[in-house]
Amino acid sequence: MTAINKTVNKASVGSAITRVTGNAGKGGAWWLLRGLVRRPSLGMLVILCLLIVVFSIMKPSAFLGSYNLRGIALSASVVGVLAVGQTFVLATGGIDLSLGSVLVFGTVVSAKVMAGMGGVSAGWGAVLVGTVVCIVASAAWGLVSGLLVAVLRVPPLIATLGTLGMALGAAQIISAGLDIRAVPLVLSRDIGYENVAGVPLLVVIAVVVAAVCGLVLWQTGFGVHTKAIGSNPEGAVRAGLSVRRHLITIYVLSGALAGIAGVMSLAEFSTTTIGGHTSDNLTTIAGAVLGGTSLFGGIATMFGTMVGILVPVTLASGFVIVGVQPFWQTFAVGAVLVGAVYVDQLRRGSQNRL
Amino acid sequence: MGSVDGYVVKARQIRKAFGHVEALRGVDFEAEAGKVTALIGDNGAGKSSLVKVLSGVYQPDGGELMIEGRVARLSSPRDLRRYGIETVYQDLALATDLTPYENIFMGREVFRGGVLAPLRLVDRGAMRAKVEETFARLGVTITDQLAPVAALSGGQQQSVAIARAAMWATNMVIMDEPTAALGVAQTQGVLDLIRRVADHGIGVVLISHNMPDVLSVADSIQVLRLGQRVASFSRGECDVPDLVQAMTSGTLEEAKA
Repeated sequence: MTAINKTVNKASVGSAITRVTGNAGKGGAWWLLRGLVRRPSLGMLVILCLLIVVFSIMKPSAFLGSYNLRGIALSASVVGVLAVGQTFVLATGGIDLSLGSVLVFGTVVSAKVMAGMGGVSAGWGAVLVGTVVCIVASAAWGLVSGLLVAVLRVPPLIATLGTLGMALGAAQIISAGLDIRAVPLVLSRDIGYENVAGVPLLVVIAVVVAAVCGLVLWQTGFGVHTKAIGSNPEGAVRAGLSVRRHLITIYVLSGALAGIAGVMSLAEFSTTTIGGHTSDNLTTIAGAVLGGTSLFGGIATMFGTMVGILVPVTLASGFVIVGVQPFWQTFAVGAVLVGAVYVDQLRRGSQNRL
Repeated sequence: MGSVDGYVVKARQIRKAFGHVEALRGVDFEAEAGKVTALIGDNGAGKSSLVKVLSGVYQPDGGELMIEGRVARLSSPRDLRRYGIETVYQDLALATDLTPYENIFMGREVFRGGVLAPLRLVDRGAMRAKVEETFARLGVTITDQLAPVAALSGGQQQSVAIARAAMWATNMVIMDEPTAALGVAQTQGVLDLIRRVADHGIGVVLISHNMPDVLSVADSIQVLRLGQRVASFSRGECDVPDLVQAMTSGTLEEAKA
């Protein structure tokens, strides 16, 4: 509680903020800045809109074409669902590095089962079983991470680094390292390539998952407790919350969401993608942090995460269209990420110092 | 509220040992409803151990704890809530990224009713209204209910923690060093708040090092030394030298005499 000691003898910050925000007429720019610092998801939304405007002006027909916009939304949907789980974990003050590997494990087990039920020509029964298997198998790895973190008190970074390796290794053992392509045709045809009112079904699924989970994080006791645990675990225990059980639930939820993302990935590519998800963990962390979720826990919004996930995807697509080497996207996201974390620290520092 | 004799909490001959160290060697302690009872003592006198027994963190090896005239067995801090007793910890135990009302209702949220009831959505409006009412009753002025607790001053954070305890307590609030981290003006504010909590009929147990604070706010001062109560003063019966003497060289015999 050094933070409290530091605030001793200082004037009330709460009223200072009200005074500042009350003076919007006098210092509109300061008020806007303050708002952006307090709600970084809005700042990132402004950046996202600017990117869209700039790319649209440079190449209106190519960038704003429905083909390109669908491509942007599609490439954000699988990783977007992963980022939903990541946001919950980050909100508790944890981190989940295992998401991508867990997705691979879920898809490999699921694809094996569906291959055994008829493979490419299998029907909806196989798809249903495969979906359940994928979610359950992925949630099981979430349970392992959750038990490691909450019961054995292994730091989340190490616990999920462990499950990252174990899940990927297990997936490679099961598949002998070869992608399984015997995925039912109906899955890719009726889910992967399906559109609802011109919007890819996978995008619709991702948006629904994010909206429901966002509501849970924002408006339910479960969501408030998640942020409370990230903010002050000891305080949450003393307030009578069952912190251990809650943490396990969060990691299981993150695993289950990786399972949903896995099914979506199978539908999109008609194959497992064993080598394809190594950087998903960092992408989701970057997305969440860009959207204002704190790496220190306690602060998180799903809306912010969705905006944060769209920024790198939009950058990549825009760079390709305007003819900039797409590698600049990786560079730019890295730089913006550092900036976002710096703003987060600044925000916390200013609260503690004022 | 309170028992027949007016004591909400009465501890008799509480003993607690950690290995060979006897932290509490038969402590008596009582707190009345509507009064501020201060518990003071030098480091190692057994204050924290007694508070932890009173708040269910430690199980006593011997002795008897009566709450509202009935023998109470506390096996966890959660049990304490059933007896209408709340604790304000020295580190406040607030989730600083959440708002005051979210902290005050943590684990005891109000949910929306009606058709949405099964979704267990939190009713922020109802919680804020109740908290504002409690703040008004206790004279706590926190202007920005939507700002995270981290944005409040130390004194305001302390007020939130005390208001949380006062809102839920029906019998007693235990406060561990509530003014230790505060400046002069904020300390006075918190002492006034403690007084108002007691004026609402709740027993307040105040653990403090600060003797002027204790003298200004407490109705009864109980002094611990070496795991026993060596003195018990009423308001106005003592001054700082008396307290210092009791803390540093008081004995059980003197207290009985």
